[in-house]
Amino acid sequence: MSVLVNKDSKVIVQGFTGSEGTFHAGQMIEYGTNVVGGVTPGKGGQTHLDRPVFNTVTEAVKEKGANVSIIFVPPAFAADAIMEAAEAGIQVIICITEGIPTKDMVAVKEYLSDKDVRLIGPNCPGVITADEAKIGIMPGFIFKKGRVGIVSKSGTLTYEAADQVVKAGLGISTAIGIGGDPIIGTTTKEAVELFMNDPETDAIVMIGEIGGSMEANAARWIKENGTKPVVGFIAGQTAPKGRKMGHAGAIVGGADDTAQAKMKIMEECGITVAKSPADIGKKVAEALSVNA
Amino acid sequence: MNLHEYQGKSILKSFGVATQEGIVADTPEEAVEAAKKLNEETGTDWWVIKAQIHAGGRGKGGGVKLAKSLDDVKRISGEIIGMQLITPQTPPEGKKVNKVLVAQDVYYPGDSEPSEFYMSVLLNRETGRNMIMYSTEGGMDIEAVAEETPHLIFTEEIDPKVGLQGFQARKIAFNLGLSGQAFKEMTKFVFALYKAYEGSDSEMFEINPVLKTSDDKIIAVDAKVTLDGNALFRHKDYAAMRDVTEEDPTEVEASEHDLNYVKLDGNVGCMVNGAGLAMATMDIIKLSGGDPANFLDVGGTADAARVEKAFRIILKDPNVKAILVNIFGGIVRCDRVAQGVIDAYKNIGDIDVPIIVRLQGTNAEEAKKLIDDSGLKVLSAVQLFEAADKVKEVLA
Repeated sequence: MSVLVNKDSKVIVQGFTGSEGTFHAGQMIEYGTNVVGGVTPGKGGQTHLDRPVFNTVTEAVKEKGANVSIIFVPPAFAADAIMEAAEAGIQVIICITEGIPTKDMVAVKEYLSDKDVRLIGPNCPGVITADEAKIGIMPGFIFKKGRVGIVSKSGTLTYEAADQVVKAGLGISTAIGIGGDPIIGTTTKEAVELFMNDPETDAIVMIGEIGGSMEANAARWIKENGTKPVVGFIAGQTAPKGRKMGHAGAIVGGADDTAQAKMKIMEECGITVAKSPADIGKKVAEALSVNA
Repeated sequence: MNLHEYQGKSILKSFGVATQEGIVADTPEEAVEAAKKLNEETGTDWWVIKAQIHAGGRGKGGGVKLAKSLDDVKRISGEIIGMQLITPQTPPEGKKVNKVLVAQDVYYPGDSEPSEFYMSVLLNRETGRNMIMYSTEGGMDIEAVAEETPHLIFTEEIDPKVGLQGFQARKIAFNLGLSGQAFKEMTKFVFALYKAYEGSDSEMFEINPVLKTSDDKIIAVDAKVTLDGNALFRHKDYAAMRDVTEEDPTEVEASEHDLNYVKLDGNVGCMVNGAGLAMATMDIIKLSGGDPANFLDVGGTADAARVEKAFRIILKDPNVKAILVNIFGGIVRCDRVAQGVIDAYKNIGDIDVPIIVRLQGTNAEEAKKLIDDSGLKVLSAVQLFEAADKVKEVLA
């Protein structure tokens, strides 16, 4: 058992032969991820990184039993790639691509709504289950095996949190980077729910940013259904109102989506909030020792 | 990407949305020519002179004025072009006006009273669907309406499977209290507006006011259009509408080097990889007793050239009293980033503010050693709390 991906996941890479796809597929294979092949339309039949290249996702599913896909195709074609994977029966689709037009993602969300498939991202670092499968662009060595789950909107801040958890003497079960775009496949609440149901996870780190209501929704769900300690951090306490800070999602809009408002809601819902990003590891260790 | 009113209206018109007619002008002389032309085309003999800046509330700051003669047009345009227009949405020093839109007067008398409505189209992030938000309270500050009379704001969500439906457009027109010809015109307006939103790959439309004229036409009198920057590859003509004079020059320069920089008012500069970590770094500066002078995401490739450019951009700000570099090296090795920092420092030569470099991740210890042995006035740290302590020290 683990969340979303494990050593038995049969992974294909869409955009396999491109420069990003090649580099990160190589890193994933080196980590020990079970990469069974890749898809690049028009290059079917070739071999790349000692693995077969297919023209379509359907072929990869049929020939190799692929059930997880990671997408590195350029933004103009990424929505199409997600829908192709879903249509072919892939169960977990992880889209790394940054810069997909929102209109395309409105269509993708609708297309996936009646299918039994989970999309992570887009514009995310991916998912890693420590020592089993790295399906993303994160540096694998930071994620020492353990029993803390991480869900985060941002890439390097996920690494920072994982590193602190490890330095506090603990480790990571799975880390999920859900992405920072206006429309994403899996919300904070859904990721938290996966961890609550995972017997290999004892505590959860939830990292958010200013903008939107995902952390507040997750916090309210945790208040009703939570069974494990949760430590939260919201980046952007000092971000000025109304300015875009890199992520399309990181826009301060109304009164409820400031970092301060979110932290208040999280605290009211029983989440341990780290005010400083330097305290995430320490707070997790404290939360686990209180509950032990 | 934000557009000027005249640009937004040109996009709306291209999709068949009825708009207040107008012609943009750079000088008072051009404004007079524009006014004459509008008189020939529309018969209007009063004109509205509207400052073109990327901010709302222009009327309150004196950026929208009625001209009742060609002499008025010339005088008012001359006052507005070149002025520093201050509105509730501009920075305190205001924004310089480079262009005016000379527009037809649409509040002419007739069989019925004109009335103003509010309408916007945007994404509902909760549901992942577009929605039309509208209100009977047009021409006012919509945030105030939302606060004081929320029951006067309506929304209509569009199912992406079938698009905007007739019953939805009718509901909007009924809720706005319209009947007869104005009702029909409003349903047409709503359909055209939504078609324009989808067709232009926009992030937000805000039309305030939508006007019912005294002869029952429905027209957009203003247009705030924000395009989806990620979709500009499909709209090369729109990409050319970017007005860099509306943006902070340093931010524009940074974006040319693929650095994501936002200027702030504080005293501690920062350079970070990743937007989330960058915001967290700003937070830690604040918690250490400083104030962030900027947001700066150097992205995934923090090589010497980019680090140097980033330093130069941060150092342009005279308020910066210290700089915190916070790089979490993953795929990028920290020792290479450290070498980049050292090279950049030597190239720039005369950096007189303390620099704290925190490198964590792959080869972090080697990186710290490189920094410590460089002989430069650079403080190194590995853990984030150590970096925070060093910020406190240099500010003390």
